[in-house]
Amino acid sequence: MNRFGNIFYLCLLFGALWGAIWTTLITLLALFVSGELFQPQVSAGAIAGLISACALTALAPEKRTIGLRALCVFLFVLILTVASGANPLGLPMSVYSVGQCIFTVMLAWIVVQAIHLTAMGFGPTRERRYNIEVICLRFLKGFGLVGFTIAVALPFFVMVMMSLKNQQFLLSNPLDFSLNFAQGGHALFRSYIELFTQYHFGSYLLNSAMVSVVTVLITLFFAVPGAYAVARLRFPGQYFLSRSILLIYMVPMIVLVIPLYAIFSQLGMRNTLWGLMLVYPATTIPVALYMLQGYFRGIPAELEEAGLMDGLSRINVIRKITLPLALPALASVALYVFMIAWNEFLFAFMFLDNVDLYTLSRGIAELNSSEVPRQHLMAGAVIATVPVLALFLWFERYLVAGLTAGSVKG
Amino acid sequence: MSTEPTPPKGLGPLAKREMRFAYMLLLPTFLIVLSVVLFPLLANIWISFKPVTLGDLRAPSILVNERLIGNVEAAGDEADIRYRIRNSSRKSDIAAVSMTDDLPATLDVLGYDYRCTLDDTVLACELGDYEAGKREDVIVRVAATQAFIDRPINVKDTKAAFDFISENVLLSNDFTLDNFRKVFDASDFWPVLWASLYYTIGGTVGALVMGLFAAQLMNMTFRGRSFLRGLYLSPYVAPVIAVALAWVLLLDPGPGGTLNALLIQLGVIEGPINFLGQRVAEISIFGLSFDFPVALTVVIIFEIWRYFPLAMLFILARMQSVSTDIYEAAEIDGATPIQQFRFISLPQLMGIMAVLFLLRFIWTFNKFDDIFLLTGGAAGTRTLTVNVYEKAFAVSNLGAGAAVAVVVFLILLVFSVIFFKFSPEDDA
Repeated sequence: MNRFGNIFYLCLLFGALWGAIWTTLITLLALFVSGELFQPQVSAGAIAGLISACALTALAPEKRTIGLRALCVFLFVLILTVASGANPLGLPMSVYSVGQCIFTVMLAWIVVQAIHLTAMGFGPTRERRYNIEVICLRFLKGFGLVGFTIAVALPFFVMVMMSLKNQQFLLSNPLDFSLNFAQGGHALFRSYIELFTQYHFGSYLLNSAMVSVVTVLITLFFAVPGAYAVARLRFPGQYFLSRSILLIYMVPMIVLVIPLYAIFSQLGMRNTLWGLMLVYPATTIPVALYMLQGYFRGIPAELEEAGLMDGLSRINVIRKITLPLALPALASVALYVFMIAWNEFLFAFMFLDNVDLYTLSRGIAELNSSEVPRQHLMAGAVIATVPVLALFLWFERYLVAGLTAGSVKG
Repeated sequence: MSTEPTPPKGLGPLAKREMRFAYMLLLPTFLIVLSVVLFPLLANIWISFKPVTLGDLRAPSILVNERLIGNVEAAGDEADIRYRIRNSSRKSDIAAVSMTDDLPATLDVLGYDYRCTLDDTVLACELGDYEAGKREDVIVRVAATQAFIDRPINVKDTKAAFDFISENVLLSNDFTLDNFRKVFDASDFWPVLWASLYYTIGGTVGALVMGLFAAQLMNMTFRGRSFLRGLYLSPYVAPVIAVALAWVLLLDPGPGGTLNALLIQLGVIEGPINFLGQRVAEISIFGLSFDFPVALTVVIIFEIWRYFPLAMLFILARMQSVSTDIYEAAEIDGATPIQQFRFISLPQLMGIMAVLFLLRFIWTFNKFDDIFLLTGGAAGTRTLTVNVYEKAFAVSNLGAGAAVAVVVFLILLVFSVIFFKFSPEDDA
């Protein structure tokens, strides 16, 4: 009777790994929140995780009830405390006591839960290759989720936190991200208020919004008829066109910037928003046309033919049949173009000299100097990020459908 | 001869109408692309053969300073109206300069330059050619009348108007191969090219692999999945300047740099690492030591961080369109999860991965903002695109920048040809 098999040993390994990983992460979280210099007790966490996994997964899956898991949490806390010499987060318990207790219990609960999820449905027995792979992949996926989330979120976290802090404070203790709410909202959001009152961010925001919206309108106005022609009508050069549209999108901006700079300078169009409103659509129309024609092709031609038979002109067919059907695609293209125009940096940076005309990207570039404190720079970054991110998350489903419709076939 | 029925040649009237309609619909797109993309492309090639600097863009013109010299206190007092005229440019000539000015009617004109003519109060002068940097004075001798003393007029109030032919540097017939010679002779050309390729390949492959991994994660069902998907997409959606500067502060080697402080706190490193400023670090493994390009790698990691969401999006869409029957069949046949991934998922994803690789390869090669904002091209991260900016705007030599841009464009053309060769027919 081999009661303990390979699955059990894997669970022990993953228990130790989860213990080490989460001990590090939770300790750092406690450090960020409190500003106390906690030190992750990695090996103590690994030992505690190993023993907890031993206790939890030695039992059959159906016996791992909530109560048992709570017991394992207690066990984890106990072992972590003992193995780390009563400093579970690397500092004596007298410092930040309540917080330390909360974080330690939280850590224990997360580790036990992670072990439970990894080993879910498997007893400590010997299993075939299939189940070994399943359990390994579970750990790998969990680890991947944690890793990706931290890697993606960390820069944004730092961006937001730095914008709410004070430069002197940050320089003296760069890991302290605790927020002092006692100082009141005005002091907390001081950089934002100063950006809007002293650094013209209100006008940058308006300029960015105007340029982006106009770019979206012009792009749709140009790309919709073009996409329809490429998708539906037959004409010499159609094949060539549908193949070469994307080529335009591959022309690097940096190659265009020198001649456009020279020509626009001579025509007096360089330091104007009109210049940007001409350049942005030209760069977005090809990709918009490409995305739209992919969608138009998917609309059954019979619907339009029915309209033609009933006496509608082509223009009216487009207006009354095709466009209403293509509304999701139009929304996603509009969103995508808005995103490109809002985020564009190179041309705004090269073209605009006049503070009144700055877009957000250009305005933030101006803040990037040693004379402007960091919290202002990061507050500017947050101001530029929030609108486009909010809009995007709001309409995410549309965008995903539209972006992938053009090129991916089901 | 036999009059066998043949299919009609050319387009019928209906087809012709359709063609005209199609061309009409495409015309606006064509015009804007022509004027803002294709024409500048050609203009760039033109500029690359010309000795143009940033300063030359301001076209040479005539500057004038007009003054009344001499004391005019009583009627009959004589004075000079002096026009101090000069060519604003020190490099190019201005031809056929002529000036017209309206003199105050209350001044009696006594004499004027031999090149001028006076018609009532309007002075017209044919001043000839002004070579680069030339300056001269044109004097008009006048005497004041009582009316002028009673109500003095500033001679500057009526501005002298000039008419001239100036040579525009961009349109001149001045050509040179110096720009290209400089590009290829420069000691930094090959390092820049290698940095470009390293950056492009590293960024593309990294973003694809990470995108594939993230897509696998997002293909699971769990609570909070749509939140995480939104979070994972945010690096791609946020403005490049915002995230790039956040990274710069995150990686700052000085006091206040979060990542260095974090790594020191964890005991991973002894002292701060200058992630974006250090060119190479010597690393020795098993007695073999080699130079590890620090800044370039960090820039590549940023590129992967920023663009893995795009790959994730496309791969995820493709994965979700694969029918589940195949997986069920494989499951019954006893295929393990890794075997299912290796023999079912991966072959299905190969098409989209190939397309993504080629597109991302070209776009990464084109990328300018990311590196410019992170390092400004310092510490061995200068790619070809950053080099264009450096040459054209930092060193102010537009021609040399345009020459690098032509090189960039030629390399891209090669990539595009390859892309068209490999892109599956039905994907376009």
